[in-house]
Amino acid sequence: MSAEKFQNPVVRWIDHRLPVFSMLDHEKYDYPVPKNLNYMWNFGVLAGLSLAIMIITGIVLAMSYTAHVDYAFDAVERIMRDVNHGWMIRYIHMNAASFFFIVVYIHIFRGLYYGSYKAPRELLWILGVVIFLLMMATAFMGYVLPWGQMSFWGATVITNLFSAIPVVGDSIVTLLWGGFSVDNPTLNRFFSLHYLMPFVIAGVVVLHIMALHRFGSNNPIGIDASGPQDTISFHPYYTVKDMVGIAVFLLLLAMAVFFFPNAMGHPDNYIPANPLQTPAHIVPEWYFLPFYAILRAVPDKLGGVLLMFGAIAVLFVLPWLDRSPVRSARFRPVFRIFFWLLLIDAVILGYLGGKPAEGIYVVLSRIATAWYFLHFLVILPLLSVFETTKPLPKSISEPVLGASREAA
Amino acid sequence: MAKSDTKTTPASKRPEDPGRRDFIVISTYAMAALGGAAVAWPLIDQMNPAADTLALANIEVDVSKIAEGQSITVKWRGKPVFIRHRTEDEIARATATDLSDLRDPESDQTRAEKPDYLVLVGVCTHLGCVPLGQKTGEVRGDYDGWFCPCHGSHYDTSGRIRKGPAPTNLEVPPYEFLSDSVIRIG
Repeated sequence: MSAEKFQNPVVRWIDHRLPVFSMLDHEKYDYPVPKNLNYMWNFGVLAGLSLAIMIITGIVLAMSYTAHVDYAFDAVERIMRDVNHGWMIRYIHMNAASFFFIVVYIHIFRGLYYGSYKAPRELLWILGVVIFLLMMATAFMGYVLPWGQMSFWGATVITNLFSAIPVVGDSIVTLLWGGFSVDNPTLNRFFSLHYLMPFVIAGVVVLHIMALHRFGSNNPIGIDASGPQDTISFHPYYTVKDMVGIAVFLLLLAMAVFFFPNAMGHPDNYIPANPLQTPAHIVPEWYFLPFYAILRAVPDKLGGVLLMFGAIAVLFVLPWLDRSPVRSARFRPVFRIFFWLLLIDAVILGYLGGKPAEGIYVVLSRIATAWYFLHFLVILPLLSVFETTKPLPKSISEPVLGASREAA
Repeated sequence: MAKSDTKTTPASKRPEDPGRRDFIVISTYAMAALGGAAVAWPLIDQMNPAADTLALANIEVDVSKIAEGQSITVKWRGKPVFIRHRTEDEIARATATDLSDLRDPESDQTRAEKPDYLVLVGVCTHLGCVPLGQKTGEVRGDYDGWFCPCHGSHYDTSGRIRKGPAPTNLEVPPYEFLSDSVIRIG
């Protein structure tokens, strides 16, 4: 930690006692980043930005929200109609939630494609999956708060899942509900936990970034940087590149918020919750649909729950399922095909999750679910052993500069 | 050529040339600052009174039903407002008072647009209790107006402080007669 870099005496005084300036300086200039990162590496920053947007808009919304079954729906309508700029803040909060998941799904698939989960970044990957789980819990509880029909019935369906647990299932559900059904105690505790979780997420994000900075970023060819000639400083190159990505992200978010604010939502949630009337088709928000499809694909209640959580559990152990020494899919032609099949499978599962659990949709859900687990549990381990990978370049600079120029 | 010199010589080596880069950097910071302000403003302004709160900023009251000698209390902006239909005797005593006797000199004419009706914010100017004197039978104090039981402030028939710790007269809210029988307060 060197305070010598700073001339301002106030900065030096603070930095000597709490090295924030040295730390920022290190991250901006000393921290080496591979120079070949493409735009797929923008999505981590976009996820962090989304979290910040959600926290700021959420805290502001909480100033006008009342977490009581008799007032919640009207409180949200008051925000939309009476609170200054309330409609905009509410629409930003609900659309940025969707954008948060879009960005995180792309970020995850980037990790899958380029082998970012492989040694020595296993813990970085696992922390990411933890963040994903926390996001899902936060989003689920947040969706209950407006107390619309989908809020209520989605909460009922998902909390009822826990009754599938043998012996203690019903007791757990009663504990979650605080009563005999989803009602006021449930809404109140969901509000408290929904306010809490984003800060837990922020804490895990700090750990996630610390784990990242231990070894630095992966890169599109999956080969470690062999020296300073393969890296550039984060500032100004990646700060500016991230600014471009942020600008595009905000542009798309603004388009959604101002022109299609309800496109990703469900109209039934504008109907106040009625415990005595179930909507024709209960669907969660779009980002849960693939998991919803897996849940319903299994005819057994407990089996469905286990498989749904299992779909995320396989992500935790991915570094040990795929043991190929080659990181990036660029040099794994067979793995690459299966990657795209997985992506298509995930999209299909998402589509099926939004359909009624009848007829051909059930059959297709079962096939798609089977393929998902086949990919992780069978195909990846087999590929680790049997795939013939393409020859790897010698370094990051070599494919671009050529072997003779590399020394320069 | 001068043009190629500018292109190949880095800014740090070019003497006296402010450089296009500085312009871009300064513009970026300026836009970021403007952008930040544009984002921050709605988040702060949403704390200002909402439309439903502002709607209650004015209320209309029909005073024709108040009998002579009777008072009503209405809620305005969260506070009680006393409206008294004064008797001839009360008006006479209010207008006859010598202003030099008052701690907070104000003539009755300035306080009551139409002397028959007195409109006051029913909050004691001492420490904020609601004075007694609205209902029949309540203590009205030595000057037959209102009496604050918290610390003993006496107000007269024009709501002016006469005795006790209150520093100023009971506040007259902004109001106007929309017609002979309806007033709008606020």
